[in-house]
Amino acid sequence: MKVDASNPLWRFRGITSTAMLFFAYLYLPIVILIALSFNENRLATIWTGFTTDWYVAALSNDDMLRAAKNSLVIAISATVIATIAATLAAMGMSRGRFRGETGVSAILALPLLVPEVVTAIATLLFFVAIGIKLGLVTIIIAHTVFCIPFAYLPIRARIEGMDPSLREAANDLYANEWQAFRRVTLPLLWPGILSGAMLSFIISLDDFVISYFVGGAGATTLPIYIFGMIRIGITPEVNAISAMMLLVSIVFVSISFIIDRIRY
Amino acid sequence: MSEVVISAQSVGKTFGSGAGKVTALKDVSVDIFQNEFFTMLGPSGCGKTTLLRLIGGFEQATSGKILLEGQELNDLPPFKRPINTVFQSYALFPHLTVRQNITFGLEMKSISRDAANARADEMLELVQLADYGDRVPNQLSGGQQQRIALARALAPAPKVLLLDEPLSALDLKLRKEMQIELKRLQTETGITFVFVTHDQEEALAMSDRIAVMQSGEILQVGAPRDIYEQPTHRFVADFIGDSNFLRGDLVDAANGGRAISFGEGRVVNLAADITPAKTKDVSVSIRPERLTITDANAPLDNKLGGTISSITYFGTDTTYRVDLDGGAPVTVRMQNGDGATAPFGKGDRVGVVVPAEAIRVLVD
Repeated sequence: MKVDASNPLWRFRGITSTAMLFFAYLYLPIVILIALSFNENRLATIWTGFTTDWYVAALSNDDMLRAAKNSLVIAISATVIATIAATLAAMGMSRGRFRGETGVSAILALPLLVPEVVTAIATLLFFVAIGIKLGLVTIIIAHTVFCIPFAYLPIRARIEGMDPSLREAANDLYANEWQAFRRVTLPLLWPGILSGAMLSFIISLDDFVISYFVGGAGATTLPIYIFGMIRIGITPEVNAISAMMLLVSIVFVSISFIIDRIRY
Repeated sequence: MSEVVISAQSVGKTFGSGAGKVTALKDVSVDIFQNEFFTMLGPSGCGKTTLLRLIGGFEQATSGKILLEGQELNDLPPFKRPINTVFQSYALFPHLTVRQNITFGLEMKSISRDAANARADEMLELVQLADYGDRVPNQLSGGQQQRIALARALAPAPKVLLLDEPLSALDLKLRKEMQIELKRLQTETGITFVFVTHDQEEALAMSDRIAVMQSGEILQVGAPRDIYEQPTHRFVADFIGDSNFLRGDLVDAANGGRAISFGEGRVVNLAADITPAKTKDVSVSIRPERLTITDANAPLDNKLGGTISSITYFGTDTTYRVDLDGGAPVTVRMQNGDGATAPFGKGDRVGVVVPAEAIRVLVD
């Protein structure tokens, strides 16, 4: 790390140890989890040697693979629907000021703030009331709702950063509304759209509370499957599955972050 | 006069409604001719950009109509008007190369790729950036982006080119160069340019005709010389160049014509062709360089007495501030002669000669 002497932070003597403690607090549990996923011993707390057997075991566990497949189907469906809705919402919101604009913005971001368990119960009640059978479809619907704000925010930020005269310039150069969208607006927005989609995907993949409430039998997602496993006991296999989920999350969030930094 | 290309007829535009209603244009009528460099000049908020955007189709007129070669434009979206725009921010497409930017409009008009590329080369040649086709806009300087924006807008050979303060982001030296460049492009392409600016010097230097605008109205339309020498409104005289403003009453002159009296014994004759609308408390303007200072006792007509209150030396000329008898101060700008000594000093009693044809009677 490059130490800049002019930064007053460095005059605080305990800065290094404080920072280390902070990062240890954040990441030590995760580091331990990853380390133990390579532990030969069945007892999670005793280290006896290195092995990748637990990964092999996890990847050949049919129940786990079924749960992972459910999670993927849900995450991809929710992401696609949420991203399309968020893109349309962001474009609509940017077309000019209108009455109640602040209110609509707040409502769009509200799912981020409502306690998840409240959303879960409300959604469950709603599905029961209208008589939809709980399953993958209900989870997809529920996930789409909370994915929309995650997709919306980076797309909206992109649109805000776009010179409105670019669209006018396209119209001026004989492009009709659709051509202007396809040839100018969309290429300029795609980093925001992709970034928002990847965030949505991860949020959906990692969700536990809502999936647990609105999923029925046969709609077990990966987090629910893991939860079921640890009720029996923490095994290195659970650690291995968790480590793989972590890897997927890190990859997606990193890509999302990098894409969002693309500037023309 | 040649053919009318753009005709605005009683065009009005209001934004918003109720208490937040803003009138940007009120009942503006103007004709813009074929192959003309036409400038709309005025301070920010005068409606010049709104009028430009109405011609471009980016806004809809609230009342009145705009015609292009006699065809009503009102309901046509921008992409159906044979009019192109150079935007203030240039609005070059950042994800496309310079060449793709220039061919964009041609492609949308379904012109073949080969023809479009040939036209792009021609345009790059025209704006003297022949080797820049494969760059992207962010690799270009402000002045180069400006030229590409021009090339892109000229490529589809529009009937009218709209320019929305395109030089305002450039530094002074580049701005002067681009003024000459724009004038050259207009002459070479023969396309009608409609240019919007708040810079009076820019307007005077480039335009065939200028429309001076204020508060959503066109006050005066004319050649730069007419606008400068014969302003009709106080705002025009004040906005373009420096002016002295005086008020007086209209009287009959000794020579049978009309004269204006600024008080007992302080009367100057007016040119014969001036017919003010009213006779009491008439507003007039006189350019400082049209006034001359003489000896207080010189036997000359149209001479007002006064006292020099300050002198500022500018090299090629000197500016005198003279407090006229009766109160009003005027500024007199005189070319420096042989440069040996200043002919007049501060505090001197002098006469200020006001040529009859230098006096403009204004609408307030």
